[in-house]
Amino acid sequence: MSKNIVLKKGLDIPVSGAAELRLSKTVQSDIVAVRPTDFRGFTPRLLVAEGDRVLCGSPVMADKQQSDILLCAPVSGCVKQIVRGEKRKLLAVLIEADERVEYQAGAPADLGAMDADAVKAALLRSGLWPFLIQRPYGIVADPAIKPRAIFVSAFNTAPLAASPEFTLGDRLADIQAGVDALAKLTEGGVHLSLNGDNYAGTPFHKLENAVLHCFKGRHPAGNVGVQISHICPIRKDSAVWTVPLLGLAAIGRYFRTGRLDLRRKVAVCGPAAIEPAYVEALPGTPMRALGAFFGGMTDEIRVVSGNLLSGSNEGTEGYLGFFDDQVTVLREGREKELFGWMRPLRYKLFSADRSYFSWLTPWRKYELDTNLHGGPRAFVMSDAYYGRVLPMDIYPLYLVKACLAGDIEKMERFGIYEVLPEDLALCEYVDPSKNDIQDIIQKGIDLMLKEMA
Amino acid sequence: MNKIFEKGGKLAFLHSTVDAFETFLRVPDTVTRKGAHLRDAIDLKRIMIIAVISAVPAALFGMWNVGYQHGLAIGDGRLQILANFWYGFLKVLPLYVVSYGVGLAIEFASSQIRNEEVNEGYLMSGFLIPLIVPVDVPLWMLALAVAFAVIFGKEVFGGTGMNIWNPALLARVFLFFSYPTRMSGSEGWISLKAGEQLVDGFTGATPLALEGSAQYGTGFWDLFIGLVPGSVGETSVIAILLGAFILLWTGIASWKVMLSSVLGALFVGLLGDLAGISAVPCWEQLLMGGFAFGTVFMATDPVTSAQTEPGKWIYGFLIGALCIVVRLFNPGYAEGMMLAILLMNTAAPLIDHCVVSAHVSRRNHKILAA
Repeated sequence: MSKNIVLKKGLDIPVSGAAELRLSKTVQSDIVAVRPTDFRGFTPRLLVAEGDRVLCGSPVMADKQQSDILLCAPVSGCVKQIVRGEKRKLLAVLIEADERVEYQAGAPADLGAMDADAVKAALLRSGLWPFLIQRPYGIVADPAIKPRAIFVSAFNTAPLAASPEFTLGDRLADIQAGVDALAKLTEGGVHLSLNGDNYAGTPFHKLENAVLHCFKGRHPAGNVGVQISHICPIRKDSAVWTVPLLGLAAIGRYFRTGRLDLRRKVAVCGPAAIEPAYVEALPGTPMRALGAFFGGMTDEIRVVSGNLLSGSNEGTEGYLGFFDDQVTVLREGREKELFGWMRPLRYKLFSADRSYFSWLTPWRKYELDTNLHGGPRAFVMSDAYYGRVLPMDIYPLYLVKACLAGDIEKMERFGIYEVLPEDLALCEYVDPSKNDIQDIIQKGIDLMLKEMA
Repeated sequence: MNKIFEKGGKLAFLHSTVDAFETFLRVPDTVTRKGAHLRDAIDLKRIMIIAVISAVPAALFGMWNVGYQHGLAIGDGRLQILANFWYGFLKVLPLYVVSYGVGLAIEFASSQIRNEEVNEGYLMSGFLIPLIVPVDVPLWMLALAVAFAVIFGKEVFGGTGMNIWNPALLARVFLFFSYPTRMSGSEGWISLKAGEQLVDGFTGATPLALEGSAQYGTGFWDLFIGLVPGSVGETSVIAILLGAFILLWTGIASWKVMLSSVLGALFVGLLGDLAGISAVPCWEQLLMGGFAFGTVFMATDPVTSAQTEPGKWIYGFLIGALCIVVRLFNPGYAEGMMLAILLMNTAAPLIDHCVVSAHVSRRNHKILAA
């Protein structure tokens, strides 16, 4: 175990509706979507046509530039529909699932005997490669490079996040195999960050062949980007890879069984969720299949795949994201609040700012909704107002303004390589000027990608 | 909102104005579209109203003091709380009407031109402007000053959040340089009705202009409570400290700026004391003139102050130091606070640039070493 890193900055938003630690059911949906839009820097080329039969693990689409990066079907079945959006952009491939999953032929691999190239080839073939995210920019990892190191966060501090001890605690052997496989791809080692407050309580400290780190602190201490900036900051010229813990488990299982198994325990939570609990589901499961958790009033609620801060708004007709093990249900706040900002208390709302009084009742949980609580304005508060929720060695407001200005040189200087939008999600949350900071950062990253290509 | 105010409607040119009043009364029903699905309950309206509330004690005391000083000037030195307050209230109210009327009209119009929502920034500036001018300032002068400050201090840069100088101070500096006779000397600070005579030996000059002389009302308690002539809101250190307490408690103003400004003033004041060029002890400088008001309400403006935390220390320290330097060495201006803050407003981006550059190069070293 390496040293304990304590992060003082950050914020835990006390929102109600945490999922109860029990598995309520396994969601068996007749439709499963494979979506290229879950991945940054992935331009899809279709490999199937409507009516084709696919097995679990057979490729559905490949990347246009790197044709060996594949997205594979997580179920066996028949390609029912290819969904396209504007300009015929490929949005999803819908697969009608069989009742019994048929796997593509595969056999357990002998990890000890495999070298880096063999591991790479196996990962690419399996469709699990896109779990590897490359920083800077947060794109699908480039198989041609050797990353400086690979980072995994073994805890999640986002609001209402799924507990990795509950979802993956019983898959230690899979995760260990995943670590062993990925360790062959880099000389910098696999770095695994644990929650310093729960070191003994988590099974993950037993993992071998990984460099363990401990982090203590509020959100975003569990974000892998924040952890990297404290372990070894990202350089422009040497990329690092990250992989979510559930991806590590899926990779390990693939090497142990030879099968693509993307099933995961998903926390269905949020202030508007009915009896929040865990379900077992596949990525690409339609939200409709979770209907029991949000009842009938579909107009009034928002269904988010991922957490409240940086998840994607899927609506009741959307699908579970590839990386997500959390679905958050909350109410749309479409009420006009009379004299809202003038009321001294606003008892039902939480604010991190001391001009309200919710900091006096730290034990309370709030039923928050999606209301913006204000209108968009220019930035008024100074950098420290945002910096107090960002435990990284950067000036967030300077970075955001550089992104707004599209000034590449300044974006570089202020640390664009180190961040992804999710790392600045809390800055967006606390912003009294109500700017879409994550969107601004994403546009900045897109610009960097375009200019650096 | 009624359709005729929407784009294409007959009264679309009032859109920003109507929207401002509507969102003033009711928090809009907008929901988040991108990014974080939740947002904090805080918004700029809340921040501005807290800032305004923090200045209310100074304003109320200032109104009473206007009446009290008027009484002294005509030879009636009784502490009549209500009568003095009422006199001052009637004197200060027109200042507020002009300040908010002119300022908000320009603000609404320019928001409409830019097709934006009205920013709340002027709520605070408009509240401060009457507090930093002499009570007897002619209203047309005030209107001109406000118009200058809002148009050239703020709107030309793109509105609140983009401005370089504190708009309220710009209004004052406009008056100060355009109508200097109104803004210094011994008239102007005391409100008199037509036909009223000053009592013999009375001077309405502020304690700063009289530094060290044995004029009445320059004892510690008079200065601390604020029973001296001066701009409307600046005299009472107690009332200002109350405001400072609210600002620091809510975290809206930076304690670093306030503390370092006090330290800067004490430092130069002490040097002055030691060198024998200062007629008053250094701590008394803190009580006089606009120092306290400027430190608490003006220097801490988040838009025009330094943005970085180390920058705030430098910025605040230099404001305090410069203010006392002007007081000690410049016989032309009795008060240096206004100019010190405006000068440091100008220098704040430079301070930030240095701080950020140093930070970036330190970070680059760290990244390369890692």
